[in-house]
Amino acid sequence: MAELNWLSIQEAHAQLTSRQISSVELTQACLDRIEAIEDQVQSFLTLTPDIALAQAEKADRMLAAGEGGPLTGVPVQIKDVMCTEGVLTTCASRMLENFVPVYNATVVEKLMGQGAVMLGKGNMDEFAMGSSCENSAFHPTRNPWDLDRVPGGSSGGAAASVASGETIYALGSDTGGSVRQPAALCGVVGLKPTYGLVSRYGLIAFASSLDQIGPVGRTVADCALVLNAIAGHDPRDATSVAQEPKDYSASLGQDIKGLRLGVPEEYFVDGMDPGTRKAVEEALATLEGLGASVRPVSLPTTRYALACYYIIAPSECSANLARYDGVKYGYSYQDTDDLWEAMEKTREYGFGPEVTRRVMLGTYALSSGYYDAYYLKAQQARTLIRQDFDRVFQEVDALVTPTSPVTAFKIGEKIGDPVQMYLIDVCTLPVNIAGLPGLSVPCGFSEGLPVGMQLIGPHFSEETLLRTAHAYEAATQWSDARPPL
Amino acid sequence: MPLERSQVKHIASLARIGLTEDEVQLFGEQLSQILEQFEVLNELDTTGVTPTGHAGGLQSVMREDLAQDSLDSEDVLKNAPRREGEFFRVNAVLEE
Repeated sequence: MAELNWLSIQEAHAQLTSRQISSVELTQACLDRIEAIEDQVQSFLTLTPDIALAQAEKADRMLAAGEGGPLTGVPVQIKDVMCTEGVLTTCASRMLENFVPVYNATVVEKLMGQGAVMLGKGNMDEFAMGSSCENSAFHPTRNPWDLDRVPGGSSGGAAASVASGETIYALGSDTGGSVRQPAALCGVVGLKPTYGLVSRYGLIAFASSLDQIGPVGRTVADCALVLNAIAGHDPRDATSVAQEPKDYSASLGQDIKGLRLGVPEEYFVDGMDPGTRKAVEEALATLEGLGASVRPVSLPTTRYALACYYIIAPSECSANLARYDGVKYGYSYQDTDDLWEAMEKTREYGFGPEVTRRVMLGTYALSSGYYDAYYLKAQQARTLIRQDFDRVFQEVDALVTPTSPVTAFKIGEKIGDPVQMYLIDVCTLPVNIAGLPGLSVPCGFSEGLPVGMQLIGPHFSEETLLRTAHAYEAATQWSDARPPL
Repeated sequence: MPLERSQVKHIASLARIGLTEDEVQLFGEQLSQILEQFEVLNELDTTGVTPTGHAGGLQSVMREDLAQDSLDSEDVLKNAPRREGEFFRVNAVLEE
């Protein structure tokens, strides 16, 4: 019964339905792996072994009765930004250190309905703000490929737990790259769906026009299976889109002959790691070998995306995080009778430095006298960035870029310099600005560290992205690589 | 242009976040550096460009106005820092 924790969802499902293994055995294998390495990786904020084993027993009963789906009995880590009924949900913030939701996020409800097994809640940058997982108020997570390095962020726990074999898959959330960038830095697959494809109900809000939940898995096919389970219209999220349900697994295995791929030169930025450039260029050659055509394209508004994002996201964050006032839930400073003092002290203690920085930035951008110069201007830039994508998608079916211009960096290396940290997301955040789907798939190594290739497509083109990534994955062996842990 | 200390304090008070004097200095410097990055937007001609608030493309989403169950009040109060019976307890809002 060796190494069950390294199975893909597909493999686990096959062995579970043929009763070769039980969900309890599979779950125990993950719990054993966690027991062995979690003190090094620290990808979890809360472990729920008792819940996991109870859910595994329930899943085994479902499987014995011939019920359930591809995720039944398969262990998952859930990023601590998604509400889980009765289970601590901290958002990696002191503000929510003791917060126990009274309802499940829609995605959690959907997974539980299928008989999923929750191992625990994943570490992250506080309120999903960050690119390294170092902004967690509780502890950093370490990259399984090099424990002195960051796993990326904000869904660092998700990527690190999948990459280290602690879980079979994970759910993350992506506002500017928070699923794709850590997936790239940890050598796993991460998908950020089209805005509106997956319900945000029960996802603790950071920037509501950008946030989207997505899967992290060890294979492309696994991400397709998870997307099947979590996609779909939800009346409780007014921004979720009513669409015919699709089977995202159906087109996997089809070839990519004749697929038109564009390479935007602007994404190969100055200061990019040479090994990353080389890996992505080799991946492009592989895709050409598989029958796709590759042509250079230009997205000239790319140079405005960072500024656009760092005005819009903090503005929305400053509004969303106004709810943390110490009254309804969360940390509450009580050593005063003064209303305003209590609120200021609550937020001073409850928020870490990056959250404070962004709330202040957004407050400034929205404040009287600055609104037009910053917020309105950024929203207009957003229109132009979107139109740029619309234009290139007349010529190509998808874009290929590096996911991150650099590989995993050292813990502590960039945390003191917010601008340097923000630049890490330069290839991923335009995708959120335009509401597009993006996928990161492993495409090699640079000096021993994983490199991710990003595929970007038009709205609701997840099938194309998954099919392309799947064909690439099948032609290479990068997804089989495991960290030396 | 770097933010003045008084501006940083003003932003913090609008955001209702208390700051120490050291933090006023640090955030002032960091926010100024970030704002400098925004200057690139001035290159962009946005005359007559419609702003995008949302990339999803949905317009006003309507639903039937039907009475539905909401969370139980006991559940809603479960995470309350301070409560009094059926209510959240807060400091006095209006002074005598």
